[in-house]
Amino acid sequence: METLNEKAARNAKIFGVLKIILLIILFIAFIFPFVLVIINVFKTKADITSDPLALVGAHGFTTANFPNAMNKMSFWRSFANSACITIFSTIFTLLLAAMAAYVIVRNKWKACGALFGLMIASMVIPFQVLMIPLVSLYGGVLGVLNHRATLIFMHVGFSLSMATFMFHGAINTNVPIALEEAAKIDGCNRWQTFWKIVFPLLKPTIATVAIIDAMAFWNDYLLPSLVLAKKELYTIPIATQIFYGTYSTDIGLVMAALLLAMLPILILYIFLQRYIVEGVTSGAVK
Amino acid sequence: MNTNTMSYKTKQFLMFAGVTTFIFCAVVIVPFIYGLYLTFTSWDGVSVSKPFVGLTNYAATFQDGAFWQALLRTAIYSVISVILVNVVAFILAFLVTSGVKGQNFFRAGFFVPNLIGGIVLGYIWKFVFNRAFVSLGNALSIGALSTSWLATTNGAMLCLIIVSVWQYAGYMMLIYVAGFMSVSNDVIEAAKIDGCTNMQTIVHISVPLMVSSFVQCLFLTITRCFMVYDVNLSFTNGEPFNSSVMAAMHVYNTAFTYKDYGTGQAEALVLFIVCAVVGVLQVYIGKKAEVSA
Repeated sequence: METLNEKAARNAKIFGVLKIILLIILFIAFIFPFVLVIINVFKTKADITSDPLALVGAHGFTTANFPNAMNKMSFWRSFANSACITIFSTIFTLLLAAMAAYVIVRNKWKACGALFGLMIASMVIPFQVLMIPLVSLYGGVLGVLNHRATLIFMHVGFSLSMATFMFHGAINTNVPIALEEAAKIDGCNRWQTFWKIVFPLLKPTIATVAIIDAMAFWNDYLLPSLVLAKKELYTIPIATQIFYGTYSTDIGLVMAALLLAMLPILILYIFLQRYIVEGVTSGAVK
Repeated sequence: MNTNTMSYKTKQFLMFAGVTTFIFCAVVIVPFIYGLYLTFTSWDGVSVSKPFVGLTNYAATFQDGAFWQALLRTAIYSVISVILVNVVAFILAFLVTSGVKGQNFFRAGFFVPNLIGGIVLGYIWKFVFNRAFVSLGNALSIGALSTSWLATTNGAMLCLIIVSVWQYAGYMMLIYVAGFMSVSNDVIEAAKIDGCTNMQTIVHISVPLMVSSFVQCLFLTITRCFMVYDVNLSFTNGEPFNSSVMAAMHVYNTAFTYKDYGTGQAEALVLFIVCAVVGVLQVYIGKKAEVSA
C-alpha cells in the first residue's frame, strides 16, 4: 500500500502532465490560424480551394504568390509609408509627452493642473466620437487630409494623454529632485536639466511608451483610412484591406498579402520579444 | 532670477508643454467640442453650409432601431467575450507560471495575436472559418462544420466572439502573469504547509491577492470589446444581413456611408456616455479593490 506522501507525489505528477498537455493543446489552437496561412501561401489557388489543410498542394510547392502579391499591394511603398508614419509619430509623442510631464510634475501652476486634468479625462473618449468632427474639421474646413504629416499630427495628439500620464508617474517616482538641484547649482537651466538629467533617467518608460505606441500606430486602420485616401499614401493595414477587396477570390495572393502584412512585426518580435512583453505588461499595469 | 513672475511661468510652460497643449487641443479637445456642435446640424459631408437643425439628430438617434439593436448586440457580445477572455487568460496565466518547461516560449506564443492588426486577423479567420473548417467538415463528414458558420446570423456572432477571445486572451494573460508573480512565495508556502491543495491555494490565496489584476483586465477587455471595429470590418463586415454590425461600425456607416454626419455624431455621443460610465466605474471599483486587497 502506498503512503500518503507517495500518493500526493503521484497526484502532483499526473497534475503536471495534464497541465503540459492542456498547454500544448491551447498553444496549437492559438497558432493554428498562422500555421494555416503559412502552409497555404506556398500553394497554387486551385490547391488551396481543393484542400486548404494539405501541407503541400497537388501541384507542388510554389513561391509565385509572393512577388505577385507584393507587386499588387505595392508592398514596399505601403511599408515605407507605415514605417515613416510610425517612426515620426512615436518620436514626437515621446519627446513632447516627456517634456510636458516634466513641467506638470515639477510645478503646481494652474495651467499644468488644467492640462493634466483634461488629458486624464480625455482618456475615456472613444475614437468614434472624434472621427466625424476630425474629418469635418481637417477635411472640410482646413483641407489638409491626404498628407502623412496630418496623420502623424493626429496620431501624436491621440497618444499624448496616455504617454504624458506614464511619464508623469515615472518622473514622480524615478527622478530624485536632489539630482536636479545639483544640476541647477552646477549652472544648468531648466531646459538643460531636463535633457541632460531627467530625460536619460526615463529610459525604461521611454521604451515602454515607444513599444506600446509604435505597435498601435503600425496596426491602426480606422484613423489612417479616414485621413489617407490616396493610393500612394496607403499604410500596410489599408493596403491589405483594399487588396482583399480587389483580389479576395485569388486566395493564394491573399495568403501572401496577409503573411507579408504580418511579417515585419513578427520579425521584430523575434528579436525584441522580451522588451515587447515587458513593455506591454508594465504599460498595462500602470 | 525671479521665478515667481507670470512671464517666467508662461515661458516655462510654453517651452515644455506648449506644443503638447496645442496638438492635444487641436486633435482631441476642439474636435470634441466641435462634435457637440455638429449634432445640432445636418451636414452631408460635402456642402459648405451646415444648416442648424436643433434636436432633429437626437430624435433620429432615438428612432434609429438599427442603432439600438447594434448597441444591444455589442453589449451582449462584450459581456460574453469579456467573461471568456478573462477565463481563458487566467487559465493561460496559471499554466505558464506553474513552472512548466519553456514557459517563456509559451507566453511569447500566446501573445502573438496582439501584435497584429485587427484587419489582418479578421481576414485570416475568415479564411479559417470559410475554407479550412468547411474543408475539415467535409473530409470528416462533420455536419456542423460543412457549411461556414459565418453564413448564419448566430454563427457570425459566435465566430466574432471566438476571434476576440483568441485575440485578447494573450494580452490579458500577461497582466494575470504579473498578478501571479506579485503574490509572494512565502504566502503560498504557508498555505501549502497548512494543508491547502493547489486548487485551494489558487482560489483562497492567489485570487484574492490579484484583485487589482482582475479589475484591470475586466475594464481593458470591456472597452476593447465595446469599441470593436477593425475585426468586425474585415471578418464579418456586418454580414449576414447586417446581423453582426457592432455599434462602432453602425456609427461609421451612418456618417460615412449614408452621409448623415449629424446623426452619426449624435450616436457616437451615446457611445461616449457608455464609455464615460465604464470609466468612472473603473476608477471607483479600482479604488475599492485597492483598499480591500
